[in-house]
Amino acid sequence: MRIGYYPGCSLQGSGREYSESLFAVAEKCGIELEEITDWNCCGASAAHSLNHDLSVALPARTLALAEKQGLEQILVPCAACFGRLATAQQELVSSEPMRSKISNYLEMPVQGSARILTVFEFLQEHIFPVADQFIVNKLNHKTACYYGCLLSRPKDLTRLERPEDPMEMDAVMEKAGATPIDWAFKTECCGAGLSVSRTDIVAKLSAKIVEDAVSRGAESIVVACPMCQMNLDLRRKEINKQMDQGSDIPVLFVTQALGLSMGISAEKLGLNRHFVSTGKVVSCVGRKEV
Amino acid sequence: MARIGVFICHCGENISATVDVEKVARLASKLSGVAFSVDYKYMCSDPGQTLIVDAIRKHKLTGIVVGACSPRMHEGTFRKAAEKAGINPYFCEMANIREHCSWVHPKSDETTQKALDIVRTMVEKVKNDTALFPIKVPVTKTALVIGGGIAGIQAALDIANAGHQVILVEKTPSIGGHMSQLSETFPTLDCSQCILTPRMVEVAQHPNITLHTFAEVENVTGFIGNFDVNIRLKAKSVDFSKCTGCGSCWQKCPSKKIPDEFNAGMSFRTAIYTPFPQAVPNKPVIDRANCTWFTKDGKCGVCAKICPMGAIDYTIQDEIINVKVGAIVTATGFDIKHSDFFPEYGYGKHPDIIDGLQFERLASASGPTGGEIRRPSDGKVPETVVFLACAGSRDKAKGIEYCSKICCMYTAKHAMLYKHKNHHGKAYVFYMDIRSAGKSYDEFVRRAIEEDDVNYIRGRVSKIYEKNGKLMVVGVDTLLNAKPVTIEADLVVLATAVVANEDAESVAQKLHISYDKHKFFAEAHPKLKPVETNTAGITLAGACQSAKDIPETVAQASAAAAKTIILFSGSELTREPVVATVNRSAAPVYTTCTGCFLCQEVCPYQAIEREEIRDRAGNLLMNAARVNAGLCQGCGTCVAMCRNKSIDLQGFSNQQMLSEVMGLLNEPFE
Amino acid sequence: MAETFEPKIVAFVCNWCTYAGADLAGTSRTKYATNVRIIRFPCTGRIDFMLLIKAFQNGADGIIVSGCHPNDCHYTSGNFHARRRWMVFKSLLDFMGFPTDRITFSWVSAAEGKKWADLVNETTESVRALGPFTDYKNLDFTQFNQIDHEGIAEQSR
Repeated sequence: MRIGYYPGCSLQGSGREYSESLFAVAEKCGIELEEITDWNCCGASAAHSLNHDLSVALPARTLALAEKQGLEQILVPCAACFGRLATAQQELVSSEPMRSKISNYLEMPVQGSARILTVFEFLQEHIFPVADQFIVNKLNHKTACYYGCLLSRPKDLTRLERPEDPMEMDAVMEKAGATPIDWAFKTECCGAGLSVSRTDIVAKLSAKIVEDAVSRGAESIVVACPMCQMNLDLRRKEINKQMDQGSDIPVLFVTQALGLSMGISAEKLGLNRHFVSTGKVVSCVGRKEV
Repeated sequence: MARIGVFICHCGENISATVDVEKVARLASKLSGVAFSVDYKYMCSDPGQTLIVDAIRKHKLTGIVVGACSPRMHEGTFRKAAEKAGINPYFCEMANIREHCSWVHPKSDETTQKALDIVRTMVEKVKNDTALFPIKVPVTKTALVIGGGIAGIQAALDIANAGHQVILVEKTPSIGGHMSQLSETFPTLDCSQCILTPRMVEVAQHPNITLHTFAEVENVTGFIGNFDVNIRLKAKSVDFSKCTGCGSCWQKCPSKKIPDEFNAGMSFRTAIYTPFPQAVPNKPVIDRANCTWFTKDGKCGVCAKICPMGAIDYTIQDEIINVKVGAIVTATGFDIKHSDFFPEYGYGKHPDIIDGLQFERLASASGPTGGEIRRPSDGKVPETVVFLACAGSRDKAKGIEYCSKICCMYTAKHAMLYKHKNHHGKAYVFYMDIRSAGKSYDEFVRRAIEEDDVNYIRGRVSKIYEKNGKLMVVGVDTLLNAKPVTIEADLVVLATAVVANEDAESVAQKLHISYDKHKFFAEAHPKLKPVETNTAGITLAGACQSAKDIPETVAQASAAAAKTIILFSGSELTREPVVATVNRSAAPVYTTCTGCFLCQEVCPYQAIEREEIRDRAGNLLMNAARVNAGLCQGCGTCVAMCRNKSIDLQGFSNQQMLSEVMGLLNEPFE
Repeated sequence: MAETFEPKIVAFVCNWCTYAGADLAGTSRTKYATNVRIIRFPCTGRIDFMLLIKAFQNGADGIIVSGCHPNDCHYTSGNFHARRRWMVFKSLLDFMGFPTDRITFSWVSAAEGKKWADLVNETTESVRALGPFTDYKNLDFTQFNQIDHEGIAEQSR
């Protein structure tokens, strides 16, 4: 089974660590990810605010290229990219006039036939079956799994079993030997794309998230979205100003956490490039260099 | 030679606005067999009916077709007019050109053509009508009331007081229903049990009422005036003829940890139990699924040892009894959603997030806290209580788009009860609208707001979660410019949706009554027949039909009783003669029936009998089918089954149906 | 300019559910295509399927048969018999090469006024796409006039 891979702009840029850790884990488990040749930006928020056809065409081009490459499954780790690709696919599949219109724009045929996987589905279906043999270090700490907005909405697209209280990431962390806690802000908004234009709002919203996690004894926050990671990590100085007592709780990508439990080095997982030091989490684990 | 009269109604403008009624009448007059054709503004009115009667007499009409509304509306009216004019009423048919034509199509030639087609079809049918005469059947003047809540109790008392026998079947061990679980009722804050229990006792003591509790209807066959019902009397394990209700048994029962249904799961009961102290009958039953004697092979047996009357009998089995009744009142009631329908509200995650029935039990003097409002988690008195109205209703996205009707009122009541018991407490209600339309209802809600200081916030709640021992209720105040509001509550009460009982669908199927997609039972007409169903002889009372409060329930129950009493008021019941018949003729043919009895196999009413055909010498020639007109309901399945068309359905005969199809599709002429 | 073909749809419905559902569509003023004509039966179990053939023979382009949902038949089981009858009849028609997609078998309850309207609209469109039903016009019935009916009757006595 060839699994296609769509990093999108963030996983190549500010969310590099997500990509690096994802590949490290996949490589460890013997799973190959095939990047889609010549993929383009999914359009993110900009495209669908401006022009409907554009917001479908941009992701559709990537889907068309994936089909041309013969890929039956595509992993899209970035939550926003996933939303855009999955939404575009649904439009293509449900409306023949739309599909042929978009095909004309692209000057390429597109069917919308590939199965687009969320990172949780990828981990569940491809990594879990083989993971146990690779997990050598239990993470040994309490973690708050933060899903944020786009991984849980719209519920028909994101396919979480319990959209109001998801457990998919919690299952991954349990496998990695951590203790996921029950907390109240799993799917509350971090401020998203207002990170630059209205950092004050991001600070307020993200502060609530950090505060709740910390007050319930979490020692790390685990995320699966590069935007969430950025807001909770890079903006920590502004967040701390909003809290009574600031916090240095580290924010890891779920693949970084999983990779740690598999004995992959912190450097390889990009854990040394965070704004909030991840040292405490790394040292929770009985390290075995691989 | 047929002389058919065609009468096209304008129905004010209802038909004439989209159908050219004059043209239809004019063209109908040219149809073969039509001797007279006219249009008129209101056929069903007195002058309209007079027009028909006069025309029949003057033009010596042998049959009439009235092109107007649905036969469901006025077939009876026009058949009476035909009868008055001296022709058999079954030579009158209605052409439905309103519900099926003028109301659903725009004004156009096609619409007029369709009306003409429909009229032409019915003219062909009438030409093949035969005179039919109503069938008289006896009526069993006993009513079955299913459900022993306030609806069933009211209906049973009314019918019994009119002098008829009533059998009341209730599936739980006691009658009373949800009303017995309430603490006080709006808008008077009357103690619910105080007004209910006298009625319950009246039912138990009434000479005309036979009460079966812990019993369920097993199946129902038959038809109006003549229902045959099997009732399962579930094994109580207690011989009621010996039991005195002393209570020694449940005081000593060692199985004490069974969630108490009456207290909405907020406390425990024993395996041998009466549901509540004022239960009627006040004698216990054993819950065999949770009784040690039954689940662990005879270990225990304490109650049998303790009982001074020797009334416990573990060997009692379910018993099926058969009763014959003439009418059935369905009063099976409702339930509320007890689930995390909105997972973001945390119901089930935290014991202090409860639903409306659970709050009733807290507020109730006979409840688990003796009437004090206390948190289920730690028993402390809550200082801040938040009530969420519309926690599950009026939400198309969640599949419950209807309004549950009673929640605005009971939420106000709950808030008031809390404040009356805790003057210094704070009560908040998050609402969308306030629906308090009954008598003294709005005044009641105003009282909560103005006198009892309940804070009403217009806005919905997006999330409830626990933090530092408090329940954080995150909502919005839309009247303050959509300001986000978070209230730190000690107790949260959700007004969850009123829903049909879990077994509503199976009850409806047993009775052959219709139900809607939410499993509420369907009334015959939403405006004019709110208590009857489409199944003759079966009426509805109470919340099983749709969410409603107690005054409406009682009114509807009395209405159902009235319909039943009407049914019982004559000495016999006149039935529509739409029944099947198997042909018979003189010797040597006797009948074309070959005696295959396929008809008998498919008849749902066992209305086909075997008749021996004998010659003059008494020799048996053959067995042929014969229809019992008293039992036949006129479905016609037998007719479609008969291989050589020996059985036919009067009113929908083979010739009639064929002529309808041919009449419809023969080329129309201008 | 060619006129759009307007199919003739005949609907064989039961009195208690679908007829009432159509009434409800009427009282709700739900608008739908004018192409359907309803023939009322007490129950779908009453419907002799030869009437369907008669309808096609005399100019119908499409047919709807509709009754109460399974388990909800006013007469308990009539609709089950209709359903079984339909399954056998359909396989016979398929075998004969009859275009069975011109016949729609459905369940519409008395509460489903909108479903009735949708059913009529959908069937009208699908039959419209199939075109007029002209197969019967191609049958040669003249041979039946040459059959010696008397002779056959004589032989069998």
